[in-house]
Amino acid sequence: MPTDVAITAAKRPAQPPAPAEGTIPEFEIRPRRGWVPIDFKELFHYRELLYFLIWRDVKVRYKQTLLGFAWAILQPLVTMVIATAVFGGLAGFSGRMSEELIARHVPYNLFVYAGLLPWMLFSVGISTGGTSLMNQQNLLTKVYFPRLFVPASVIGTALVDTAISFGVFFILMAFAHVAPPWTVVFVPLLLLLTTLATMGIAFVLSSLTVTYRDFRFILPFMMQCWMFLSPVYYPLTVKKAWEQALVQANPLYGLIEAFRSCLLGQHWKWKSLSISVLEIAVLLLVGLYYFKRTERRFADIA
Amino acid sequence: MPAAITIDGIGKCYQLVLRAQRYHMLRDVLMAAITAPFRRIAGLHGYGPAEGKFWALRDVSFEVQRGEVIGIIGRNGAGKSTLLKILSRIVEPTEGRARMKGRVASLLEVGTGFHPELTGRENIYLNGAILGMHKEEIDRKFDEIVAFAETEKFLDTPVKHYSSGMYVRLAFAVAAHLEPEILIVDEVLAVGDTEFQKKCLGRIQQVAQGDGRTVLLVSHNMGAVRQLCDRAAYLRDGKLVSVGPAAEVVAEYLNSALETAQDNLLSRPRFVTLAPAIAGFSCRPAGGAAHVASGAAVTFQLDLHVTEPIRNAAVSIMFNSDQGYRVLGLSSRCETGLLTLAPGQQTILCHVDALPLAAGRYIVDLEIFSAERVADYIEHATAIDVVFGDFFGNAQTLLPLEGPILARSRWDFQCGPV
Repeated sequence: MPTDVAITAAKRPAQPPAPAEGTIPEFEIRPRRGWVPIDFKELFHYRELLYFLIWRDVKVRYKQTLLGFAWAILQPLVTMVIATAVFGGLAGFSGRMSEELIARHVPYNLFVYAGLLPWMLFSVGISTGGTSLMNQQNLLTKVYFPRLFVPASVIGTALVDTAISFGVFFILMAFAHVAPPWTVVFVPLLLLLTTLATMGIAFVLSSLTVTYRDFRFILPFMMQCWMFLSPVYYPLTVKKAWEQALVQANPLYGLIEAFRSCLLGQHWKWKSLSISVLEIAVLLLVGLYYFKRTERRFADIA
Repeated sequence: MPAAITIDGIGKCYQLVLRAQRYHMLRDVLMAAITAPFRRIAGLHGYGPAEGKFWALRDVSFEVQRGEVIGIIGRNGAGKSTLLKILSRIVEPTEGRARMKGRVASLLEVGTGFHPELTGRENIYLNGAILGMHKEEIDRKFDEIVAFAETEKFLDTPVKHYSSGMYVRLAFAVAAHLEPEILIVDEVLAVGDTEFQKKCLGRIQQVAQGDGRTVLLVSHNMGAVRQLCDRAAYLRDGKLVSVGPAAEVVAEYLNSALETAQDNLLSRPRFVTLAPAIAGFSCRPAGGAAHVASGAAVTFQLDLHVTEPIRNAAVSIMFNSDQGYRVLGLSSRCETGLLTLAPGQQTILCHVDALPLAAGRYIVDLEIFSAERVADYIEHATAIDVVFGDFFGNAQTLLPLEGPILARSRWDFQCGPV
């Protein structure tokens, strides 16, 4: 219960100085239907918040862990070691790498790691991005800011981890005496594509998870299936035409293969990459559309 | 003067989750199981049956002038917070529109977005960004914020190690240094110690007066509303009852408690409660007198309807002045210790030999406390009028200015004879 507080009841000034007309932003609040256009001006105004949200997640993630930031390096490294042992050794996939990679003396662990780079960004981005709105419901119900930044910032955090993984990758390459081809300069472009694909899907899933919490449980299975359908641990070489079509329908197929072309000098699969780019564009548009359509409900049901 | 906020017929409707129907036949059960997901989807999307609708706010219209401080008052559940959330653009109204002129910052909770693992310094930046400040702006005001919060020594300590007082001070300090044209504040004055509350109120006053900003605030502290606000808007059950000069609207709000004093208290809205149990309250002046008088004996009667046993319970009757300040509390805890209230109809009598309240109107809050939690709480259950009575036995009494509580005292004058 608030306690009595004494305040000197000073007289209020009769007229506050009026700021010049036209300099004050004005807006209207009203019920809206359907799709709400993205306010790019507003996104730009709040850009620092996106930075602070990513910064917070990066800072907080490894607090109270013994190894701290080393986990960012260890996670992909350990995954690579296990995959090399299981898929490369036991399952014998190492022999099924394309001939030009074998000719360039690319070890299987580098092959796996090059696939893990986009895959980890994608899967971590979707898993954390998909539940991000649900986890941040306290923010959603207490303060206004562009809601797109909630899933976007978690994906930004995953991108920071990916950058660290890249550092590790180039060290591994040096150890294996494999020089990256000149096409390595396209890595940022491919990373951008991966990020956009992740965002498109995370936008839809994060909104769905707020309404239907079922998606929290569906997500891990979805990502597991997706992993097996992607050429992360093995080259997906299939013969039949319909199998080809199925494999290529996965936007990650073209992306992962492109990463290997970029980093390890595998031949470019232009057709697959073009399909991926098209699909990513569609995913992103659908994601943004669905998110902006459902956004206004978040605070009501979060 | 131009209006900073124009609210025009704002309404907000929520869909209530309907209670599941009863099943009679296996066929119904199976059918219900099959259609359940579809009905749920329909419900979540707002296509459910119309009777599940609840208007948290309806047909609210008023204007706020630039540079004005307006208080939003009303009982819990009257729609005050919903209105603030709509104006803060957190939720969208179902109908009506509002026009805002100027940048809006809202403070619906102290410390939104604070992360316990981050240090005080880091949280100032994070919280500032969440409230819409730019980094450069925070840099500029950093020292001011830290000085206001009085937490210099702990700047580099994670806030999870802060005392709750320090946490609140830091959080309010960040918000207090926002520079919007329109500031929306929800009951943040109820936290922190008195000294800090005074500082917060002073800051709000300074923001409103010094810079001609518009402030919209929700408070249960009627004293603060009267002192800070030019005007007040009184909401009841989602509807606007009146808007006008703060003192008048506050008086109207407090008096409205009387009108409903005769109802069954079980039907009163409650917001912090485990099990509504308080069904009635009355006061009986001793000896069949018509009025409750200062210094006279009085018996307060509480009728309870207990559904499940309430263990380690204490019952409190609390009196607020007509300005909304809590002035006196009577608690069974202090006299009988904690008791168990058995299920069923119960009558509790509280006898006071000499009522130590000066003449005036008091608003009564009732509470049942159980194992350190609030089991039932009714705010503004009723109002009682205390008439002049001979508390001191010499026909003297305190002036209204001197306070509402009467107490005997002995005086020794050590001055010599004249």
